Amino acid sequence: MTPRITLAVARRVLHQLRGDPRTVALMLLLPCVVILLLWWVFSEVPGGMLDRFGPAIIAFMPFTVMFIVTSVTMLRERTAGTLERMLAMPTGRGDILVGYALALVAICLVQATLVIALAVWVLGMEVGGPIWALLVVALADSFLGTALGLAVSAFARTEFQAVQFMPALVFPQLLLCGLFLPRDQMPRAAEVISDFLPLTYAVEAMQGVQAGVDGAVADGTWTHLLVVVAIAVVVLALGTLTLSRRTD
Amino acid sequence: MTSGPVVQVADLSVIRGGVEVLHGVDLTVEGGELVGIVGPSGGGKSTLMRAIVGVQANVAGTVRVLGEEAGSPSVRGRIGYVTQSPSIYDDLTARQNLQFFAAIQGVGRRQVEAALTTVDLAGAADQVVGAMSGGQQSRVSLATALLGDPSLLVLDEPTVGLDPVLRRSLWSTFRDLAAAGAAVLVSTHVMDEAERCDRIALLREGRVLATGSPAQLRERTGADTVEAAFLALIDEAAA
Repeated sequence: MTPRITLAVARRVLHQLRGDPRTVALMLLLPCVVILLLWWVFSEVPGGMLDRFGPAIIAFMPFTVMFIVTSVTMLRERTAGTLERMLAMPTGRGDILVGYALALVAICLVQATLVIALAVWVLGMEVGGPIWALLVVALADSFLGTALGLAVSAFARTEFQAVQFMPALVFPQLLLCGLFLPRDQMPRAAEVISDFLPLTYAVEAMQGVQAGVDGAVADGTWTHLLVVVAIAVVVLALGTLTLSRRTD
Repeated sequence: MTSGPVVQVADLSVIRGGVEVLHGVDLTVEGGELVGIVGPSGGGKSTLMRAIVGVQANVAGTVRVLGEEAGSPSVRGRIGYVTQSPSIYDDLTARQNLQFFAAIQGVGRRQVEAALTTVDLAGAADQVVGAMSGGQQSRVSLATALLGDPSLLVLDEPTVGLDPVLRRSLWSTFRDLAAAGAAVLVSTHVMDEAERCDRIALLREGRVLATGSPAQLRERTGADTVEAAFLALIDEAAA
Protein backbone atom coordinates (compact mmCIF):
# COMPACT_ATOMS: atom_id res chain seq x y z
CA MET A 1 0.00 0.00 0.00
CA THR A 2 1.15 3.52 -0.83
CA PRO A 3 -0.53 6.54 0.79
CA ARG A 4 -0.25 8.50 -2.47
CA ILE A 5 -2.19 5.83 -4.33
CA THR A 6 -4.72 5.21 -1.56
CA LEU A 7 -5.57 8.91 -1.49
CA ALA A 8 -5.74 9.04 -5.28
CA VAL A 9 -8.35 6.27 -5.23
CA ALA A 10 -10.37 8.06 -2.54
CA ARG A 11 -10.19 11.36 -4.40
CA ARG A 12 -11.21 9.72 -7.65
CA VAL A 13 -14.25 8.05 -6.07
CA LEU A 14 -15.31 11.43 -4.69
CA HIS A 15 -14.75 13.05 -8.12
CA GLN A 16 -17.00 10.42 -9.66
CA LEU A 17 -19.72 11.08 -7.12
CA ARG A 18 -19.42 14.83 -7.56
CA GLY A 19 -20.11 14.37 -11.23
CA ASP A 20 -23.40 12.78 -10.26
CA PRO A 21 -25.23 15.30 -8.04
CA ARG A 22 -28.46 13.34 -8.07
CA THR A 23 -26.79 10.36 -6.43
CA VAL A 24 -25.13 12.59 -3.86
CA ALA A 25 -28.46 14.24 -3.05
CA LEU A 26 -30.10 10.83 -2.66
CA MET A 27 -27.29 9.59 -0.43
CA LEU A 28 -27.41 12.61 1.83
CA LEU A 29 -31.12 13.28 1.96
CA LEU A 30 -32.75 9.87 1.78
CA PRO A 31 -32.02 8.96 5.43
CA CYS A 32 -33.45 12.31 6.50
CA VAL A 33 -36.59 11.77 4.47
CA VAL A 34 -37.08 8.30 5.95
CA ILE A 35 -36.68 9.49 9.52
CA LEU A 36 -38.99 12.42 8.83
CA LEU A 37 -41.58 10.01 7.44
CA LEU A 38 -41.23 7.80 10.51
CA TRP A 39 -41.84 10.76 12.79
CA TRP A 40 -44.76 12.01 10.71
CA VAL A 41 -46.56 8.68 10.33
CA PHE A 42 -46.55 8.11 14.08
CA SER A 43 -47.01 11.76 15.04
CA GLU A 44 -50.68 11.34 16.05
CA VAL A 45 -50.31 8.21 18.17
CA PRO A 46 -48.63 8.00 21.55
CA GLY A 47 -45.83 5.50 22.17
CA GLY A 48 -42.55 7.19 21.23
CA MET A 49 -42.17 5.33 17.95
CA LEU A 50 -39.34 7.64 16.87
CA ASP A 51 -37.38 6.65 19.97
CA ARG A 52 -38.04 2.98 19.30
CA PHE A 53 -37.27 2.84 15.56
CA GLY A 54 -35.11 5.93 15.03
CA PRO A 55 -31.79 4.43 16.15
CA ALA A 56 -32.31 1.36 13.96
CA ILE A 57 -33.00 3.52 10.93
CA ILE A 58 -29.91 5.58 11.65
CA ALA A 59 -27.98 2.30 11.74
CA PHE A 60 -29.53 0.81 8.59
CA MET A 61 -29.44 3.78 6.26
CA PRO A 62 -25.66 4.33 6.08
CA PHE A 63 -25.19 0.60 5.76
CA THR A 64 -27.68 0.30 2.89
CA VAL A 65 -26.55 3.34 0.97
CA MET A 66 -22.86 2.51 1.18
CA PHE A 67 -23.58 -1.08 0.27
CA ILE A 68 -25.32 -0.05 -2.94
CA VAL A 69 -22.79 2.58 -3.92
CA THR A 70 -19.82 0.30 -3.32
CA SER A 71 -21.25 -2.78 -4.99
CA VAL A 72 -22.28 -0.89 -8.12
CA THR A 73 -19.13 1.23 -8.51
CA MET A 74 -16.85 -1.74 -7.82
CA LEU A 75 -18.79 -3.88 -10.27
CA ARG A 76 -18.31 -1.16 -12.86
CA GLU A 77 -14.58 -1.19 -12.17
CA ARG A 78 -14.54 -4.91 -12.84
CA THR A 79 -16.59 -4.83 -16.03
CA ALA A 80 -15.01 -1.66 -17.49
CA GLY A 81 -11.50 -3.05 -17.02
CA THR A 82 -10.38 -0.15 -14.83
CA LEU A 83 -9.79 -2.56 -11.95
CA GLU A 84 -7.46 -4.57 -14.18
CA ARG A 85 -5.71 -1.40 -15.30
CA MET A 86 -5.19 -0.29 -11.70
CA LEU A 87 -3.83 -3.72 -10.77
CA ALA A 88 -1.52 -3.79 -13.80
CA MET A 89 -0.07 -0.54 -12.42
CA PRO A 90 1.69 -0.16 -9.07
CA THR A 91 -1.66 -0.11 -7.23
CA GLY A 92 -1.94 -2.44 -4.26
CA ARG A 93 -5.18 -4.17 -3.44
CA GLY A 94 -5.17 -2.42 -0.08
CA ASP A 95 -4.98 0.94 -1.87
CA ILE A 96 -8.23 0.20 -3.66
CA LEU A 97 -10.07 -1.08 -0.59
CA VAL A 98 -8.91 1.58 1.80
CA GLY A 99 -9.32 4.30 -0.82
CA TYR A 100 -12.93 3.30 -1.33
CA ALA A 101 -13.57 3.01 2.39
CA LEU A 102 -12.07 6.47 3.02
CA ALA A 103 -14.17 8.17 0.36
CA LEU A 104 -17.41 6.52 1.41
CA VAL A 105 -16.89 6.92 5.14
CA ALA A 106 -16.26 10.63 4.45
CA ILE A 107 -19.62 10.84 2.71
CA CYS A 108 -21.25 8.91 5.51
CA LEU A 109 -19.90 11.45 7.97
CA VAL A 110 -21.99 14.11 6.26
CA GLN A 111 -24.97 11.82 5.77
CA ALA A 112 -25.05 10.62 9.37
CA THR A 113 -24.49 14.10 10.79
CA LEU A 114 -27.52 15.35 8.87
CA VAL A 115 -29.84 12.53 9.91
CA ILE A 116 -28.71 12.52 13.53
CA ALA A 117 -29.07 16.29 13.81
CA LEU A 118 -32.55 16.06 12.34
CA ALA A 119 -33.65 13.19 14.58
CA VAL A 120 -32.22 14.55 17.82
CA TRP A 121 -32.48 18.31 17.59
CA VAL A 122 -35.43 18.83 15.29
CA LEU A 123 -37.67 15.83 15.91
CA GLY A 124 -36.65 15.30 19.53
CA MET A 125 -35.48 11.69 19.53
CA GLU A 126 -34.44 10.79 23.08
CA VAL A 127 -30.76 9.92 23.42
CA GLY A 128 -29.24 9.23 26.84
CA GLY A 129 -25.66 8.71 25.69
CA PRO A 130 -23.42 11.17 23.86
CA ILE A 131 -24.53 12.25 20.40
CA TRP A 132 -21.05 11.70 18.92
CA ALA A 133 -21.39 8.03 19.83
CA LEU A 134 -24.35 7.80 17.43
CA LEU A 135 -22.08 9.17 14.73
CA VAL A 136 -19.34 6.68 15.53
CA VAL A 137 -21.79 3.78 15.28
CA ALA A 138 -23.17 5.14 11.99
CA LEU A 139 -19.65 5.33 10.57
CA ALA A 140 -18.98 1.74 11.59
CA ASP A 141 -22.21 0.70 9.87
CA SER A 142 -21.25 2.49 6.66
CA PHE A 143 -17.86 0.78 6.80
CA LEU A 144 -19.66 -2.55 7.08
CA GLY A 145 -21.82 -1.63 4.08
CA THR A 146 -18.72 -0.76 2.05
CA ALA A 147 -17.05 -4.05 2.97
CA LEU A 148 -20.09 -6.15 2.07
CA GLY A 149 -20.71 -4.20 -1.12
CA LEU A 150 -17.20 -4.94 -2.22
CA ALA A 151 -17.53 -8.64 -1.51
CA VAL A 152 -20.85 -8.82 -3.35
CA SER A 153 -19.45 -7.07 -6.42
CA ALA A 154 -17.36 -10.20 -7.00
CA PHE A 155 -20.44 -12.40 -7.21
CA ALA A 156 -22.68 -10.14 -9.27
CA ARG A 157 -22.35 -10.20 -13.04
CA THR A 158 -24.49 -7.14 -13.70
CA GLU A 159 -25.43 -3.97 -11.85
CA PHE A 160 -28.97 -5.30 -11.76
CA GLN A 161 -27.83 -8.32 -9.77
CA ALA A 162 -25.70 -6.20 -7.47
CA VAL A 163 -28.65 -4.05 -6.53
CA GLN A 164 -30.78 -7.13 -5.90
CA PHE A 165 -28.34 -8.22 -3.22
CA MET A 166 -29.37 -5.21 -1.18
CA PRO A 167 -32.88 -6.37 -0.17
CA ALA A 168 -31.49 -9.90 0.13
CA LEU A 169 -29.03 -8.73 2.75
CA VAL A 170 -31.07 -6.00 4.41
CA PHE A 171 -34.62 -7.33 4.89
CA PRO A 172 -33.80 -10.60 6.66
CA GLN A 173 -31.46 -8.73 8.98
CA LEU A 174 -34.08 -6.06 9.59
CA LEU A 175 -36.60 -8.71 10.67
CA LEU A 176 -34.11 -10.66 12.76
CA CYS A 177 -32.27 -7.83 14.48
CA GLY A 178 -34.73 -7.53 17.36
CA LEU A 179 -36.37 -4.36 16.19
CA PHE A 180 -39.86 -5.75 15.68
CA LEU A 181 -39.70 -8.37 18.39
CA PRO A 182 -37.09 -8.67 21.13
CA ARG A 183 -34.70 -11.38 20.06
CA ASP A 184 -35.32 -13.57 23.14
CA GLN A 185 -38.98 -13.87 22.15
CA MET A 186 -38.18 -15.18 18.66
CA PRO A 187 -38.09 -18.89 17.84
CA ARG A 188 -34.81 -20.26 19.16
CA ALA A 189 -33.41 -20.91 15.68
CA ALA A 190 -34.15 -17.34 14.59
CA GLU A 191 -32.42 -16.03 17.66
CA VAL A 192 -29.35 -18.13 16.95
CA ILE A 193 -29.27 -16.92 13.34
CA SER A 194 -29.53 -13.32 14.52
CA ASP A 195 -26.45 -13.88 16.68
CA PHE A 196 -24.43 -14.21 13.49
CA LEU A 197 -25.82 -11.16 11.67
CA PRO A 198 -23.79 -7.96 11.84
CA LEU A 199 -26.76 -5.61 11.73
CA THR A 200 -28.04 -7.14 14.96
CA TYR A 201 -24.98 -5.70 16.65
CA ALA A 202 -25.24 -2.44 14.70
CA VAL A 203 -28.77 -1.88 15.95
CA GLU A 204 -27.90 -2.93 19.49
CA ALA A 205 -24.98 -0.51 19.51
CA MET A 206 -27.29 2.31 18.38
CA GLN A 207 -29.86 1.37 21.00
CA GLY A 208 -27.09 1.17 23.59
CA VAL A 209 -26.12 4.75 22.89
CA GLN A 210 -29.75 5.78 23.13
CA ALA A 211 -30.30 3.89 26.40
CA GLY A 212 -27.24 5.45 28.02
CA VAL A 213 -27.53 7.89 30.89
CA ASP A 214 -25.71 11.08 31.81
CA GLY A 215 -23.68 11.24 28.64
CA ALA A 216 -22.39 7.67 28.95
CA VAL A 217 -23.46 4.76 26.75
CA ALA A 218 -25.16 1.65 28.12
CA ASP A 219 -23.12 -1.40 29.05
CA GLY A 220 -22.09 -3.55 26.11
CA THR A 221 -22.44 -0.79 23.51
CA TRP A 222 -18.75 -0.65 22.67
CA THR A 223 -18.58 -4.45 22.50
CA HIS A 224 -21.40 -4.42 19.97
CA LEU A 225 -19.65 -1.72 18.00
CA LEU A 226 -16.46 -3.72 18.05
CA VAL A 227 -18.29 -6.76 16.69
CA VAL A 228 -19.58 -4.66 13.76
CA VAL A 229 -16.11 -3.34 12.98
CA ALA A 230 -14.54 -6.80 13.35
CA ILE A 231 -17.05 -8.35 10.94
CA ALA A 232 -16.43 -5.49 8.50
CA VAL A 233 -12.68 -6.03 8.66
CA VAL A 234 -13.05 -9.77 8.07
CA VAL A 235 -15.42 -9.19 5.13
CA LEU A 236 -13.04 -6.58 3.71
CA ALA A 237 -10.17 -9.03 3.99
CA LEU A 238 -12.24 -11.64 2.15
CA GLY A 239 -13.09 -8.95 -0.40
CA THR A 240 -9.37 -8.48 -0.98
CA LEU A 241 -9.17 -12.05 -2.19
CA THR A 242 -11.71 -11.25 -4.88
CA LEU A 243 -9.44 -8.55 -6.29
CA SER A 244 -7.02 -10.96 -7.91
CA ARG A 245 -4.39 -9.42 -10.08
CA ARG A 246 -4.47 -12.35 -12.48
CA THR A 247 -7.82 -13.33 -13.95
CA ASP A 248 -8.91 -15.82 -16.55
CA MET B 1 18.66 0.04 -18.07
CA THR B 2 18.21 -3.70 -18.04
CA SER B 3 20.39 -5.64 -20.39
CA GLY B 4 18.80 -8.33 -22.53
CA PRO B 5 15.40 -8.26 -24.16
CA VAL B 6 12.57 -6.27 -22.59
CA VAL B 7 10.10 -9.07 -23.18
CA GLN B 8 11.12 -12.68 -23.17
CA VAL B 9 8.41 -15.26 -23.67
CA ALA B 10 9.38 -18.89 -23.93
CA ASP B 11 7.15 -21.93 -24.31
CA LEU B 12 4.15 -20.03 -23.01
CA SER B 13 0.91 -21.96 -22.65
CA VAL B 14 -2.29 -20.50 -21.25
CA ILE B 15 -5.44 -22.29 -20.23
CA ARG B 16 -8.66 -20.31 -20.25
CA GLY B 17 -11.95 -21.83 -19.21
CA GLY B 18 -10.42 -25.32 -19.30
CA VAL B 19 -9.17 -24.94 -22.86
CA GLU B 20 -5.57 -24.34 -23.85
CA VAL B 21 -5.58 -21.16 -25.97
CA LEU B 22 -1.83 -20.59 -26.32
CA HIS B 23 0.35 -23.58 -27.14
CA GLY B 24 4.03 -22.99 -26.47
CA VAL B 25 4.50 -19.45 -27.74
CA ASP B 26 7.98 -17.91 -28.01
CA LEU B 27 8.52 -14.19 -28.46
CA THR B 28 11.17 -11.62 -27.64
CA VAL B 29 10.94 -7.88 -27.89
CA GLU B 30 14.03 -5.69 -27.55
CA GLY B 31 14.13 -2.14 -26.30
CA GLY B 32 13.67 0.30 -29.17
CA GLU B 33 11.76 -2.24 -31.20
CA LEU B 34 8.23 -1.90 -32.57
CA VAL B 35 6.76 -5.38 -32.76
CA GLY B 36 3.37 -6.25 -34.16
CA ILE B 37 1.30 -9.25 -33.14
CA VAL B 38 -0.85 -9.98 -36.11
CA GLY B 39 -3.55 -12.52 -36.65
CA PRO B 40 -7.27 -13.19 -36.76
CA SER B 41 -9.42 -12.53 -33.72
CA GLY B 42 -9.60 -15.46 -31.38
CA GLY B 43 -6.02 -16.33 -32.21
CA GLY B 44 -4.71 -15.51 -28.75
CA LYS B 45 -3.32 -11.98 -29.28
CA SER B 46 -5.03 -10.50 -26.24
CA THR B 47 -4.20 -13.50 -24.05
CA LEU B 48 -0.53 -13.24 -24.99
CA MET B 49 -0.53 -9.54 -24.14
CA ARG B 50 -2.32 -10.14 -20.85
CA ALA B 51 0.30 -12.74 -19.95
CA ILE B 52 3.09 -10.26 -20.69
CA VAL B 53 1.42 -7.58 -18.58
CA GLY B 54 0.94 -10.12 -15.80
CA VAL B 55 -2.83 -10.11 -15.46
CA GLN B 56 -3.52 -13.47 -17.07
CA ALA B 57 -4.17 -16.45 -14.81
CA ASN B 58 -3.21 -20.09 -15.55
CA VAL B 59 0.02 -19.34 -17.31
CA ALA B 60 2.71 -21.97 -17.86
CA GLY B 61 6.16 -21.32 -19.31
CA THR B 62 8.46 -18.34 -19.04
CA VAL B 63 7.31 -14.74 -19.28
CA ARG B 64 9.97 -12.26 -18.24
CA VAL B 65 9.65 -8.50 -18.56
CA LEU B 66 12.61 -6.17 -17.98
CA GLY B 67 14.47 -9.07 -16.45
CA GLU B 68 11.76 -9.82 -13.89
CA GLU B 69 8.84 -12.19 -13.64
CA ALA B 70 5.87 -10.68 -15.54
CA GLY B 71 3.53 -8.79 -13.23
CA SER B 72 6.03 -8.50 -10.38
CA PRO B 73 5.75 -5.27 -8.41
CA SER B 74 9.00 -3.73 -9.68
CA VAL B 75 7.94 -3.89 -13.34
CA ARG B 76 4.31 -2.85 -12.94
CA GLY B 77 5.15 0.85 -12.90
CA ARG B 78 7.23 0.54 -16.06
CA ILE B 79 4.59 -0.90 -18.38
CA GLY B 80 1.90 0.97 -20.26
CA TYR B 81 -1.00 -1.30 -21.13
CA VAL B 82 -4.01 -0.55 -23.29
CA THR B 83 -6.82 -3.08 -23.42
CA GLN B 84 -9.06 -3.53 -26.43
CA SER B 85 -12.03 -1.74 -24.90
CA PRO B 86 -11.15 1.58 -23.26
CA SER B 87 -10.54 0.91 -19.57
CA ILE B 88 -11.30 4.35 -18.23
CA TYR B 89 -13.94 5.98 -16.04
CA ASP B 90 -16.73 7.22 -18.26
CA ASP B 91 -18.14 9.48 -15.55
CA LEU B 92 -14.90 11.47 -15.29
CA THR B 93 -13.36 13.88 -17.78
CA ALA B 94 -10.36 12.85 -19.84
CA ARG B 95 -8.10 15.00 -17.69
CA GLN B 96 -9.50 13.59 -14.43
CA ASN B 97 -8.92 10.06 -15.72
CA LEU B 98 -5.32 10.87 -16.58
CA GLN B 99 -4.72 12.70 -13.31
CA PHE B 100 -5.92 9.66 -11.41
CA PHE B 101 -3.67 7.21 -13.24
CA ALA B 102 -0.81 9.73 -13.10
CA ALA B 103 -1.15 9.77 -9.32
CA ILE B 104 -0.87 5.97 -9.30
CA GLN B 105 2.26 6.17 -11.44
CA GLY B 106 3.58 9.03 -9.34
CA VAL B 107 3.96 11.47 -12.22
CA GLY B 108 2.86 15.08 -12.40
CA ARG B 109 0.60 17.41 -14.30
CA ARG B 110 3.08 18.02 -17.11
CA GLN B 111 3.01 14.40 -18.14
CA VAL B 112 -0.79 14.50 -18.13
CA GLU B 113 -0.82 17.45 -20.50
CA ALA B 114 1.89 15.89 -22.68
CA ALA B 115 -0.05 12.63 -22.98
CA LEU B 116 -3.23 14.52 -23.88
CA THR B 117 -1.35 16.38 -26.60
CA THR B 118 0.18 13.18 -27.96
CA VAL B 119 -3.23 11.65 -28.55
CA ASP B 120 -4.58 14.96 -29.87
CA LEU B 121 -7.11 15.44 -27.08
CA ALA B 122 -5.86 18.66 -25.50
CA GLY B 123 -8.95 20.48 -26.76
CA ALA B 124 -11.41 17.95 -25.36
CA ALA B 125 -9.64 17.23 -22.09
CA ASP B 126 -12.44 18.53 -19.89
CA GLN B 127 -15.17 16.61 -21.62
CA VAL B 128 -16.73 13.74 -19.70
CA VAL B 129 -15.50 10.51 -21.26
CA GLY B 130 -19.01 9.02 -21.45
CA ALA B 131 -20.01 11.83 -23.82
CA MET B 132 -17.06 11.26 -26.13
CA SER B 133 -16.99 9.30 -29.38
CA GLY B 134 -15.58 5.78 -29.35
CA GLY B 135 -12.40 6.98 -31.06
CA GLN B 136 -11.85 9.68 -28.46
CA GLN B 137 -12.40 7.18 -25.69
CA SER B 138 -9.74 4.85 -27.01
CA ARG B 139 -7.37 7.80 -27.24
CA VAL B 140 -7.97 8.62 -23.57
CA SER B 141 -7.21 5.00 -22.78
CA LEU B 142 -4.04 5.18 -24.86
CA ALA B 143 -2.94 8.43 -23.22
CA THR B 144 -3.25 6.73 -19.85
CA ALA B 145 -0.74 4.10 -20.92
CA LEU B 146 1.78 6.76 -21.96
CA LEU B 147 2.04 8.19 -18.43
CA GLY B 148 5.29 7.60 -16.62
CA ASP B 149 7.48 7.02 -19.70
CA PRO B 150 7.01 3.25 -19.72
CA SER B 151 9.88 1.04 -20.87
CA LEU B 152 7.35 -1.31 -22.39
CA LEU B 153 4.10 -0.43 -24.11
CA VAL B 154 1.59 -3.21 -24.65
CA LEU B 155 -1.17 -1.98 -26.91
CA ASP B 156 -4.04 -4.29 -27.75
CA GLU B 157 -5.61 -3.10 -31.00
CA PRO B 158 -5.12 0.57 -30.15
CA THR B 159 -6.23 1.94 -33.50
CA VAL B 160 -9.53 0.12 -33.99
CA GLY B 161 -12.28 2.51 -35.00
CA LEU B 162 -9.98 5.47 -35.51
CA ASP B 163 -9.88 7.53 -38.66
CA PRO B 164 -6.91 7.13 -41.04
CA VAL B 165 -5.34 10.48 -40.20
CA LEU B 166 -5.27 9.74 -36.50
CA ARG B 167 -4.10 6.18 -37.12
CA ARG B 168 -1.17 7.45 -39.09
CA SER B 169 -0.31 9.93 -36.38
CA LEU B 170 -0.56 7.30 -33.63
CA TRP B 171 1.67 4.90 -35.55
CA SER B 172 4.24 7.65 -35.86
CA THR B 173 3.88 8.14 -32.08
CA PHE B 174 4.56 4.43 -31.54
CA ARG B 175 7.57 4.75 -33.81
CA ASP B 176 8.82 7.77 -31.80
CA LEU B 177 8.37 5.91 -28.52
CA ALA B 178 10.37 2.99 -29.87
CA ALA B 179 13.01 5.37 -31.20
CA ALA B 180 13.27 6.81 -27.69
CA GLY B 181 14.18 3.34 -26.44
CA ALA B 182 10.88 1.79 -25.35
CA ALA B 183 9.82 -1.65 -26.46
CA VAL B 184 6.46 -1.32 -28.17
CA LEU B 185 4.23 -4.32 -28.69
CA VAL B 186 1.10 -3.68 -30.75
CA SER B 187 -1.56 -6.13 -31.78
CA THR B 188 -3.63 -5.54 -34.85
CA HIS B 189 -5.63 -7.41 -37.40
CA VAL B 190 -5.16 -4.68 -39.97
CA MET B 191 -2.40 -5.96 -42.21
CA ASP B 192 -1.33 -2.64 -43.68
CA GLU B 193 -0.62 -1.47 -40.13
CA ALA B 194 1.59 -4.47 -39.65
CA GLU B 195 3.80 -3.21 -42.47
CA ARG B 196 4.88 -0.37 -40.21
CA CYS B 197 6.42 -2.68 -37.59
CA ASP B 198 10.09 -3.60 -37.26
CA ARG B 199 9.07 -7.16 -36.72
CA ILE B 200 5.84 -9.13 -36.89
CA ALA B 201 4.72 -12.25 -35.12
CA LEU B 202 1.91 -14.02 -36.92
CA LEU B 203 -0.29 -15.61 -34.30
CA ARG B 204 -3.00 -18.04 -35.27
CA GLU B 205 -4.92 -20.55 -33.18
CA GLY B 206 -2.57 -20.05 -30.25
CA ARG B 207 0.66 -20.67 -32.18
CA VAL B 208 3.21 -18.33 -33.71
CA LEU B 209 3.20 -19.22 -37.41
CA ALA B 210 6.15 -17.04 -38.27
CA THR B 211 8.17 -14.07 -37.08
CA GLY B 212 10.31 -11.66 -38.99
CA SER B 213 10.39 -8.22 -40.50
CA PRO B 214 7.64 -7.46 -43.01
CA ALA B 215 10.25 -7.68 -45.78
CA GLN B 216 11.47 -11.07 -44.58
CA LEU B 217 7.94 -12.46 -44.43
CA ARG B 218 7.13 -11.21 -47.91
CA GLU B 219 10.35 -12.58 -49.24
CA ARG B 220 9.93 -15.95 -47.60
CA THR B 221 6.49 -16.44 -49.12
CA GLY B 222 7.10 -14.59 -52.36
CA ALA B 223 4.10 -12.39 -51.62
CA ASP B 224 3.68 -8.69 -52.35
CA THR B 225 2.03 -7.73 -49.07
CA VAL B 226 2.04 -8.91 -45.46
CA GLU B 227 -1.57 -9.92 -45.91
CA ALA B 228 -0.70 -12.19 -48.81
CA ALA B 229 2.27 -13.52 -46.85
CA PHE B 230 -0.01 -14.30 -43.93
CA LEU B 231 -2.47 -16.17 -46.13
CA ALA B 232 0.38 -18.08 -47.78
CA LEU B 233 1.70 -19.09 -44.35
CA ILE B 234 -1.72 -20.29 -43.26
CA ASP B 235 -2.03 -22.41 -46.41
CA GLU B 236 1.47 -23.72 -45.80
CA ALA B 237 0.55 -24.66 -42.22
CA ALA B 238 -2.63 -26.35 -43.38
CA ALA B 239 -0.87 -28.33 -46.08
